[in-house]
Amino acid sequence: MSLSVSSNAVRGTGGAGPFERVGDFVRQTVAIVGYEARKLSHDPSELLFRVVQPALWLVIFGGVFSTIHAIPTGSYSYLQFLTPGILAQSVLFIAIFYGIASIRERELGIITKFLVSPTPRFVLVGGRGLSASMRGLSQALIVVLLAIALGVQLNLTVLGLLGVVLAIVLGSALFSTLSMIIASIVKTQERFLGIGQLLTMPLFFASNAIYPLSIMPRWLQYFALANPLTYLVDALRILMLPNGTGLFPLYVDLAVLFFVTLGLILVESRLYPRMAQ
Amino acid sequence: MLTTHELTRKFGELTAVDHLSVSVAAGEIFGLIGPNGAGKTTSIKMLTTLLPPTSGTAEVAGYDIVRHPEQVRRNIGYVPQLISADAQVTGYENLWVFARLYLIPRAERDRRIRDALEFMGLSAVADELVKNYSGGMIRRLEIAQALLHRPRALFLDEPTVGLDPMARDAVWEQIERLRERFGTSIVLTTHYMEEADRLCGRVAVMHRGKMVALGKPSELKASLGRPGASLEDVFVHYAGAEVELSGGYREAGRTRRVAVRLE
Repeated sequence: MSLSVSSNAVRGTGGAGPFERVGDFVRQTVAIVGYEARKLSHDPSELLFRVVQPALWLVIFGGVFSTIHAIPTGSYSYLQFLTPGILAQSVLFIAIFYGIASIRERELGIITKFLVSPTPRFVLVGGRGLSASMRGLSQALIVVLLAIALGVQLNLTVLGLLGVVLAIVLGSALFSTLSMIIASIVKTQERFLGIGQLLTMPLFFASNAIYPLSIMPRWLQYFALANPLTYLVDALRILMLPNGTGLFPLYVDLAVLFFVTLGLILVESRLYPRMAQ
Repeated sequence: MLTTHELTRKFGELTAVDHLSVSVAAGEIFGLIGPNGAGKTTSIKMLTTLLPPTSGTAEVAGYDIVRHPEQVRRNIGYVPQLISADAQVTGYENLWVFARLYLIPRAERDRRIRDALEFMGLSAVADELVKNYSGGMIRRLEIAQALLHRPRALFLDEPTVGLDPMARDAVWEQIERLRERFGTSIVLTTHYMEEADRLCGRVAVMHRGKMVALGKPSELKASLGRPGASLEDVFVHYAGAEVELSGGYREAGRTRRVAVRLE
């Protein structure tokens, strides 16, 4: 035992410059992501179960709709068109229930320990949002491998894949932060699961994930354009398809995802501390 | 170390904490007792910056809880009534994330974690998942986590609820050693009068948000003017008639859940 009484100050009890502050925020964010990674590594079963759903969509849904040629997808096969859509959908489905963890942590008491630590609220929330992307990225791996196994032609360049990673990190952070906001508002598991179920299908169907915007009725197109999932799908299509083009330029898609995520993080930073009151 | 001035918190019509003014010295173990709903946990939540006061102020470790919450957080540790250790990771990892959140330098991190675990008698189970810990081990892990950054003030909200007598004894010993070794000020709430009697230098009795008595356990007992009065008698004298009226379903559920999980 070599604990000394005098060294009670942790480090820089304030007054540090802005660069050091930013460095601290980054270190704290990395700590949260690292912690979530350790949790996942102790129990990766969730990730394994998640293989099933995208496989069903690609193999069965994609298989059937490819044969009937009902959906106009330009120069791409339907499976090509569908693959980025199913990837985005998996990211949505896995992120939209992420808030259940905050509810569990509130019911236990874990949340209070994080909130009494000198970690800024936006770091606590943003770190969790980034952590959710580890789950999203595991989905990307599954979907891409499945698509290759199905013989889908994809643009598999290093730059393209890095872009896919970035888009998935943003998309996961966006929907998991939205999920945490819902959790902070409804506070109980039952209500949370109800609202989660209620949200997923409209978000999925009112998007360009499984059919293009052009075949939607006008009113639905407006919903789709207000739906962040559309921008995630659009970005993934540009990045994953050979000579991929989208509704918008890639930078617009990514900027929309980034700024919506930022806004949601700021909102949740205000709501999150109420989980401990 | 800690001073409150007319600290008050209202929830709608209810005044949970009503003009609380009290001081706790460095190295003192200070007890808050009173029935459920008396305002103990609300007081602690304000002092740990989790809940903003409606009016009044408090200083903890020299910093105002409203104006400098981050400075307060750097200098305090808190073990909530509910379970705060994470069952999905190991004991070591529970401390590891907080060592990093408290920005303990990399070179010191591992040693601090090992020291805290050793101090709480958990070295042997450091790398086991917390879901395999006993209730007493979980509580000691939570205290170890709250000590990692050498806080000047430590808040323990019902630290021994749901523990069997042996585990309770072990936690008491650690709390006493902690004060002796580091001179940490400790504020604890409890429903066990034996606990308050054994550990606390001074005890405040709270009732309906107000502090209705304050003093050393011996003084409080003497103040009743009956020979052989216990701290239980003091509690009943100030708050007894209302015990059954307070708390409610939610609180009862929470307390029992903690008790069940710690078993």
